[in-house]
Amino acid sequence: MTQEAQTPKLSIQNLTKYFGTNLILHSVNLDVAPHEVVCLIGASGSGKSTLLRCINRLFPFDYGRILLDGVDIEGEEMTDNELRKRIGIVFQSYNLFPHMTVLDNITLAPRKVHDIGRKEAEARAHELLVLFGLEDHAESYPDRLSGGQQQRVAIVRAITTNPDVLLLDEVTAALDPELIGGVLNIIRDLKGEGMTMVIVTHEMGFARDVADRVCFLDEGRILEEGEPARLFSKPENPRTQQFLQRIIEAGRL
Amino acid sequence: MENKDIQSLDMSAPPPPKVPTRRERITPVLVSVISTGMVFVILVLFISSSEQWPLVQKQFFSWEAMVESFPAVMRGFWLNLRIFFIAEFFITICSLLLAVARSLKSPIATPIRFAAIAFIDLVRGVPALLLILLFGFGVPALRLPGLPNSALFWGTVALVVSYSAYTSEVYRAGMEAVHDSQRAAARALGLTYWQTLRYAIIPQAVRNVLPALLNGAVSLQKDVALLSVIGVREAVRASQIYTARTFNYSSLIVAAFLFLLASVPLARLTDRVAQQDQERRLQRTR
Repeated sequence: MTQEAQTPKLSIQNLTKYFGTNLILHSVNLDVAPHEVVCLIGASGSGKSTLLRCINRLFPFDYGRILLDGVDIEGEEMTDNELRKRIGIVFQSYNLFPHMTVLDNITLAPRKVHDIGRKEAEARAHELLVLFGLEDHAESYPDRLSGGQQQRVAIVRAITTNPDVLLLDEVTAALDPELIGGVLNIIRDLKGEGMTMVIVTHEMGFARDVADRVCFLDEGRILEEGEPARLFSKPENPRTQQFLQRIIEAGRL
Repeated sequence: MENKDIQSLDMSAPPPPKVPTRRERITPVLVSVISTGMVFVILVLFISSSEQWPLVQKQFFSWEAMVESFPAVMRGFWLNLRIFFIAEFFITICSLLLAVARSLKSPIATPIRFAAIAFIDLVRGVPALLLILLFGFGVPALRLPGLPNSALFWGTVALVVSYSAYTSEVYRAGMEAVHDSQRAAARALGLTYWQTLRYAIIPQAVRNVLPALLNGAVSLQKDVALLSVIGVREAVRASQIYTARTFNYSSLIVAAFLFLLASVPLARLTDRVAQQDQERRLQRTR
């Protein structure tokens, strides 16, 4: 099946963004097909996280367009809140609400944004908590949980409303190696269920394993993209080669 | 080799945690009670043995005068409490609205933001007493239709106006202290601007500034006495009336005692609320 045959779930066209006078994203083009998992790799400051935050308009951008199911996210028929109802995001530092229990964190958006009744929202939350091995922590406050548990709660919070696209922003960066595995397994399961995802990650092994496509970003551009097997074994761009070489030297691939 | 290493470790159970003996527990309490008691007794002896003490006692601590003035002062203080609670209720609402108005970022809300800033600057720059005189004497003279003309009503309005400006800045500080990632998280979930404020920002802001808010409440509780200058017969006014009649100041001491009786528990209450809140968040609730 060719890419052109279907509307991409997410289409980023010529996206350019400045912070002040600093060019952060430079004419980024990226199409994500339904059920596709795209991993963004690259050094810190290459614009990966900014790209994610532009997708759900947490950051405004200067030029270019982003289409969700062919609809311009800046257009008339798409408000910010409509967009964010359909796109979930998980942050590097979890960003759970410290004054709410795990259950309230998860059910806040279903109840207040999606108008789902408390009973139904909580039933769904419990279902997911069981699935993620967190059923004992429904009434806990986030500060009582370990980093890995908090991140899993954050993922549950993002997927409980069945978003079209899930954005993951270095979700394992704040976790110690023992906890990373559990979170990555969850993301693998989500892929198995057909979730469309854009993942910013420094876990190259994971990217190779889970991604359908890997994009290497450098100084705000996508320098190279391809299937993980190809990109990791035979990178073509010298910058990609250099980046991967360093990672291999650091023993992280 | 390895086996030997392991065996050389002490595998017996560690000793149980140390429990202080009865003596060790009671001694510090006993020492503090005795030392405090001694200081108190010395103070009492020293003060009451002073030459001026009988005069001081007669002027300020006369039991008869206290008993005699108590009913009037207490009636006044009951009015204080009612003014306090009503004012505090409106201050909470107005100051929160002011704080939100001041923090609006959208360009279309610029006039609202400017109005809030102007109001806060103006009111905070003027003594509360002046506002009370202005509202208490000035506004009733206008005989505004549909509004009460009593000094009590307009004095309370003045308190609400004055304290709202101060309290709104406390709220604003609390809102700004909530990390921006919380706003991002709430917005990313699809919550609207107002929902984000309501469910993510304000609850955390209030928690941040609870001690400061209580500080304001204690301050208000006492500043209600300022209404005495516009003839509201609250506790201080009532005791002044007694003093003017008898030239004995014990009634003021009665009023002071009543104020203390109300504000000290208020302070302890907040300490408890803050502590409970912290415990609740840091422990599993079941």
